[in-house]
Amino acid sequence: MDVTFSKDEIAFRDEVRDFFQTEYPADLLDKQNRGISLSKDDYVRSMKALHKRGWAGVNWPVEYGGTGWSPVQKYLFAIEMAEANALDIIAFGLNMVGPVIYTFGTEEQKQRFLPDILASNVWWCQGYSEPGSGSDLASLKMRADRAGDHYIVNGTKTWTTLGQFADWIFLLARTTTDVARRQEGISFLLVDMSTPGVSVKPIITIEGDHEVNEIHFEDVKVPVENLVGEEGKGWTYGKVLLQHERTNIAGVARSKVRLNRLYEQTKNSIRGAAPLSDDRNFMRRLAAVEVELKALEYTELRTLAAVASGTAPGPESSILKIKGTELQQAIDTLYVDAAGYYSLPFVPEQYGPDFAGERLGDGAETKTLLKYFNYRKASIYGGSNEIQKNIISKHVLGL
Amino acid sequence: MRQAMNFSLDDTQTMLADSIEKFIENDYDFESRQKYSGSDTGFSIDVWKMFAELGWTAVPFSEDDGGFGGSPIDVMIMMQRFGRALIVEPYLANIILSGGILRRAANAEQRERWLHPIIAGDLHASLAFVEPQGRYDLANIATTASAEGDGWILDGRKGYVLNGRNAELLLVPARTSGAQSDADGITLFAIDASTDGVSIDDYPTVDGHQAAEIVLDDVRVDSEAVIGNVDAGFAALDATIDDATLAVCAEAVGIMQVLKDKTVEYAKNRIQFGVPIGSFQALQHRMVDMLTDCEQSQSLLMWATMVNAAGQSDAKRAISAIKYKIGTTGRKVGEEAVQIHGGMGVSWELDIAHYFKRLVTIGQIFGNADWHLDKLAA
Repeated sequence: MDVTFSKDEIAFRDEVRDFFQTEYPADLLDKQNRGISLSKDDYVRSMKALHKRGWAGVNWPVEYGGTGWSPVQKYLFAIEMAEANALDIIAFGLNMVGPVIYTFGTEEQKQRFLPDILASNVWWCQGYSEPGSGSDLASLKMRADRAGDHYIVNGTKTWTTLGQFADWIFLLARTTTDVARRQEGISFLLVDMSTPGVSVKPIITIEGDHEVNEIHFEDVKVPVENLVGEEGKGWTYGKVLLQHERTNIAGVARSKVRLNRLYEQTKNSIRGAAPLSDDRNFMRRLAAVEVELKALEYTELRTLAAVASGTAPGPESSILKIKGTELQQAIDTLYVDAAGYYSLPFVPEQYGPDFAGERLGDGAETKTLLKYFNYRKASIYGGSNEIQKNIISKHVLGL
Repeated sequence: MRQAMNFSLDDTQTMLADSIEKFIENDYDFESRQKYSGSDTGFSIDVWKMFAELGWTAVPFSEDDGGFGGSPIDVMIMMQRFGRALIVEPYLANIILSGGILRRAANAEQRERWLHPIIAGDLHASLAFVEPQGRYDLANIATTASAEGDGWILDGRKGYVLNGRNAELLLVPARTSGAQSDADGITLFAIDASTDGVSIDDYPTVDGHQAAEIVLDDVRVDSEAVIGNVDAGFAALDATIDDATLAVCAEAVGIMQVLKDKTVEYAKNRIQFGVPIGSFQALQHRMVDMLTDCEQSQSLLMWATMVNAAGQSDAKRAISAIKYKIGTTGRKVGEEAVQIHGGMGVSWELDIAHYFKRLVTIGQIFGNADWHLDKLAA
């Protein structure tokens, strides 16, 4: 057991730090630091900058253009990326469908899809949930009926994050209904969003943003070569993807940086006669979150170390998802409480790129409650935290 | 690229872990533990001798002292396993606390005289770090030592002196100058427990261990009783209590894991309403929380132990973090284990109750959760 970094690892960290300071688009960091709302183009430019450096496929094997990094390198990269306040990697292509394609796809699919995913030339979205199938994903009703060289897809997907930007969608659809278990007969399909019959309808969420969508499929023709793996085995592939997703959405590095920033902020934010850092109750709550986050940081490192020794992320990734999202929400709450009255104005336009006036509140105080409301999603998506507990109960505890 | 950060044990550490696990499996079941706990000494003299023969008592000490030069990681490996078996032998009192003071502050002659017999399992020593008015503040010492001729006269009162019943040597921090809460002005003394004016009133503690209240009334010692420099004993005291805090946190994590495992096992076998109670979602999610708390505590323990082994700048903060965690979610895991065991969880007969009591005890010593959270929030 050893917690120190080797010389090579420190050199690697410095190299990453230097990249974000000198090569990564400075205007994006500036936007982030000023809390300005981000566009599709911003995200694409961010991921392209990583790709140019060869760092887009953080978790990908080298043979598909990935980094082949050790767990410690991935950890250091995530920390430096969060420290720099760089934009998050949009997970759907790089962290979700990419790994499914290079693990289960045909040689032709790999050549056709992986380079564009890695280069962020194509924006992907995820078609899992349906209006009648949330936590009970295996009850999904979307049909993909075989007709010659095509599947004819009918049904509705919902909560599709940033589907309005997407060029392609990966989805789970039922190819057979005559099955013993509901998890059978589901297939994993790749669908071009410009195919006739696909329509995107916005859903406005609690904080007033258009982030998620409902996507309708009406007699959408999907070539059979867009089936990944075996027909009817999509549930298995989808589960692997979810385990990757759960590891990724723990967001430990980002939470760590947010907490450090909040800590610094308490020294300078005057509330009455004294800075917030003199508020014992607040500082104790902050410290308690810090302890739990430090624990999660090492739980994640232990998981990564296990993955590096050959095991794919298993059900224990559910622990990361539960704790990671609980902590994100706990930090959101601390930011809101630090902002006080100035959490309340609902003036989102003052975070627009062209806003010229003076903002209400210090910094991005008036964004804290909007973020708090938005991030209630964290304990719901990727399989709600209650579903994660069911998974751990069954697969880890054997109950 | 060499991977420095890692969580696996090296060959020597694996051997140490294996030897303790083998001992527990073969020689230290719960019935034995209860018997030793209820004996006159409060632990087994034979088992303690065996600890010394197997070299476990020598682990944290330097090779010059006849030790193995072990690190906090080795101590963690041992204590976590001691926790799993609820061991009552005085590893904390003799080795971590008394040994910790002597290895840090004693001169060569004092080490020869006291430390080496402790390591050999022949001498029982106790560190009297608690005073009734001091609560968790180590520097709050009202016991005085006044110089007289070549020697010193000590007066005062010490509480919760671990293994006080068997202590032949008392290590006593006393105030030689300064105000009652000053870190400066504390001197460490080694006092033979049979010295005139020392009275020891021992009692069992809720966790099956034992401790004592000790009164020092006009106790006269010579200058050789001073460990380290006069007025400068606090650093060794503070560092030793840090070691001990980390050690009991490792013990607690071992206990939490046993409680979690036994609870899950019980839930699979206990039938109510015609089905195992483990099939109820209301209980399943609580056991998942227990697992999560065990994993989070294990992670924090490893981090805290590693940064202390490496002497990193956040070492002290790490100790407060793990102690806070043990004091909150550790206790919670114990409470849940009892709740899910139902009536059996509160019966003296079952080991669950005794694991729980030790876990709660660990939460109360060396600063409780509030104390350490305050340090983190300062």
